[in-house]
Amino acid sequence: MPEQNAVEMRGVTKRYPRVVACDCVDLDVRRGEIHAIIGENGAGKSTLMKILYGMVRPDEGSIRLNGTSLIGHAPSDSIKLGLGMVHQHFMLIDPFTVAENVVLGIEPVRAGLLVDGQAARERVERLSSEYGLALDPDERIENLSVGLEQRAEIVKVLYRGADILILDEPTGVLTPQEVAELFLVLRSLRQSGRTIIFITHKLNEVIELADRVTVMRDGRVTGVVSASETTPGELARMMVGRDVLLRVERGEATQGEPVLAVSKLSAVGRKGAHVLDQVNLEIRSGEILGIAGVQGNGQTELVDVITGLHAASSGNVMLSGTDITNRRPRVIRDMGVAHVPEDRLARGLVPEFTVAENLVLGNQHHAEYCHHGLIDVVKIEEHARELIAEHDLRPADPSVRASHLSGGNQQKLIVAREFDSDPALLVASQPTRGVDIGAIEFVHTSILKMRDAGAAVLLVSAELSEIMTLSDRIAVMYGGRIVAEFEGGTVTEEDLGCYMTGAANDSRGQATAEGAA
Amino acid sequence: MSSPGASGTATRVSRIAGTERIVDVLAPLVAVLAAFLVGGLVVAAIGESPLRFYSTLFRGAFANADSVGLVLFNATPLIFAGLAVAFAFRAGLFNIGGEGQLYIGSFVCTWVALQLPGAPRVLLIPVLILASAAGGGLWAAIPGYLKARLGVHEVINTIMMNFIAVGLTSYLVINIFKEAGQMTPQTATIPIAGELPRLAYFFQSLGVPLPAANPLNVSFLIALAAVWLAWFILHRTTLGYEIRAVGHNASAAECAGINVRRTLVLAMLLSGAFAGLVATNEVMGFRHRFLDNFSSGIGFMGIAVALLGRNSPFGVLFAALLFGVLNTGALEVDLFTDVPRELILVVQAVTIILVVVGNEIVRRRREGGATSRRRSEATAIGQDGSAEAS
Repeated sequence: MPEQNAVEMRGVTKRYPRVVACDCVDLDVRRGEIHAIIGENGAGKSTLMKILYGMVRPDEGSIRLNGTSLIGHAPSDSIKLGLGMVHQHFMLIDPFTVAENVVLGIEPVRAGLLVDGQAARERVERLSSEYGLALDPDERIENLSVGLEQRAEIVKVLYRGADILILDEPTGVLTPQEVAELFLVLRSLRQSGRTIIFITHKLNEVIELADRVTVMRDGRVTGVVSASETTPGELARMMVGRDVLLRVERGEATQGEPVLAVSKLSAVGRKGAHVLDQVNLEIRSGEILGIAGVQGNGQTELVDVITGLHAASSGNVMLSGTDITNRRPRVIRDMGVAHVPEDRLARGLVPEFTVAENLVLGNQHHAEYCHHGLIDVVKIEEHARELIAEHDLRPADPSVRASHLSGGNQQKLIVAREFDSDPALLVASQPTRGVDIGAIEFVHTSILKMRDAGAAVLLVSAELSEIMTLSDRIAVMYGGRIVAEFEGGTVTEEDLGCYMTGAANDSRGQATAEGAA
Repeated sequence: MSSPGASGTATRVSRIAGTERIVDVLAPLVAVLAAFLVGGLVVAAIGESPLRFYSTLFRGAFANADSVGLVLFNATPLIFAGLAVAFAFRAGLFNIGGEGQLYIGSFVCTWVALQLPGAPRVLLIPVLILASAAGGGLWAAIPGYLKARLGVHEVINTIMMNFIAVGLTSYLVINIFKEAGQMTPQTATIPIAGELPRLAYFFQSLGVPLPAANPLNVSFLIALAAVWLAWFILHRTTLGYEIRAVGHNASAAECAGINVRRTLVLAMLLSGAFAGLVATNEVMGFRHRFLDNFSSGIGFMGIAVALLGRNSPFGVLFAALLFGVLNTGALEVDLFTDVPRELILVVQAVTIILVVVGNEIVRRRREGGATSRRRSEATAIGQDGSAEAS
């Protein structure tokens, strides 16, 4: 009798010096199912998958893969047993073609020496047409969209003979259309008898795609449910351990004078390309403008130009009537612009600094904390205690290094610091990327509070649901331009997705774009 | 990886922070002991007694007040040179140019002293200390500026600046400032008013029998003050806060409005100033003149000292003292055992390697494998690639 379970993990435990990443975890994945593993950051999903793959060695527990027991195995062993992993960060060589990337390491060989390019192309073509992946084997990776790169990764794994695929947060970087297409591919893979393990924190995707769901919290499994018999609310409760507001309530706010006015703003990127092209926008006090767009269409540069981190080549940025174009970041900050940067570890905080030190980052030169060039450590700690108490940062200890905080608490720290200065303009870029549901609730509530208190908010997010929940107005960026603008609540995700990929811009987008300009 | 939510997490993390500090101090000590063990094995391998080797070494360093004075004297320039490297490192800069900076600092110090023959002591000594710091600081600011402005790597430029400094001072001493009627490539002596007093009389008045001939001088006290100053700048001034922010995460610092370029140049300037202060010992305290090629690698030893001291000012003090012990004891070893004094160099090098290895182990364990995991991920890719190919 063939074994029913593709993966069986029993009592798997992995301890790190500070934390138990997996605490006696059982996981059963049935052959031919799409199995979602969900949990907040640090719940242990990634560690569990790395243990299965053989990249991390567990302290305790047993693993069976396709009926074979694995003890102290390396990735090469699990690959031989048919396991394949599509990593969150793609492992592709940009200047190589799709076919070259796919066969890398196990190239078909001709005459004993030469890589058989023709055979490689044919095999890539056969694999991609079989599952509706539509990939051109001769295209270089650097010319592909993120969605296509992901497909190349999937083909790579299939080429290596995988019949169990692990996908680590595969939808985080995709547009709604790309997500829909990915789901079609995954369903056709299931149809062909393959097993798929799908790691995510997006509850709607789980309900839509998965057959069964394993929920993790704090290194433990808190539930295994059938996707058709559960609700996002129930999943959230299992993930967080309490009831969570999945969608914050947005009341009406009174809008005042324009705070930010950007006109004909252009900027040139590192490679000399026009990353911003004649961008116009205006945000009033008490208003949230959401910028939707596929990453890499100028949103990052727009935020950087406004905050003084990237030079504008023409056009100008006005803050409450004062021209702040190409001023120094410190000058702009001091004029009341708060910035929650898109990558918190790279730009939002100094991980080696303590919580207290991080809570004054950017304000360390203000008279409150600085007298004649000396910093007031007592004041900095007091300030930290206040903010920690006010925003329920955990652990509640100002002397802990920020790197010891969870992703959600790091983001709360940044939000607490940036919102503390009572800014006129808040620029929030991907404010909830990679943070847990509880922290998302906090960040969203805080942004709305800022708006209600009269701040202008520029919200850039790749998360369409976030844009749609929070924004009073929505602008779509594509190719460095604002291609469409809508009042909040008058547009669907699908429509936004069309503009984001440029699909709609030739026909109906034109009129809207002109209207927005 | 941490899992907050439980209120117990707070105390757990605080306790961890405390443990970390203990580990930070203990790890280098363990490494030093391990290095002594390895050194002992090397001594045994050449057929000598490790016990006799170490007892001679430590007798050489601690036999009497004179030898302890020598330890402190030998440690003094290493403190300055170590601070220079450690300080730059806190800004994320690797200053390999301590050697060049201390030559320039020493030369400027000597030159200024020779220009002010009649100046009173109260004026001359502060002026010379400032001149030493300024010479070293400005020399280091050049690669700092090139790094900040053009992104040219400071390692290459500080090394080149070393060659220039050595060549330049050599040229100046031999061709322009050589003491009249002498063959030795050295300048004339600086005015007596510019000399730093030796500490022998001071210690004798305290009842410590430090012989008058012992070269330990006030520069050692300046070095102690410099240790405190480096700590104070880094941890109690806004500039130091910004230097550390830039060193840990330059893009976050920039995002927070810190002028990264300016901070980098200032950090290099201060780093070079610490290196320049070597002149207080070598010129003002000991030789009272500039001798061509006097340093023979103090600046490079500074790198080792900073590594051993984990780039903390007080760690640098500890490491420099340890090196002072080893250097001073080496003389005794040379005289009274058949172990070549070069072996001390082996022990020093082994110590540093073990400290660096120890640091890495501590870091990996502490980060729960965060970085090592990334690395093993990379090797894992290599593994499966090659496994498939076979």
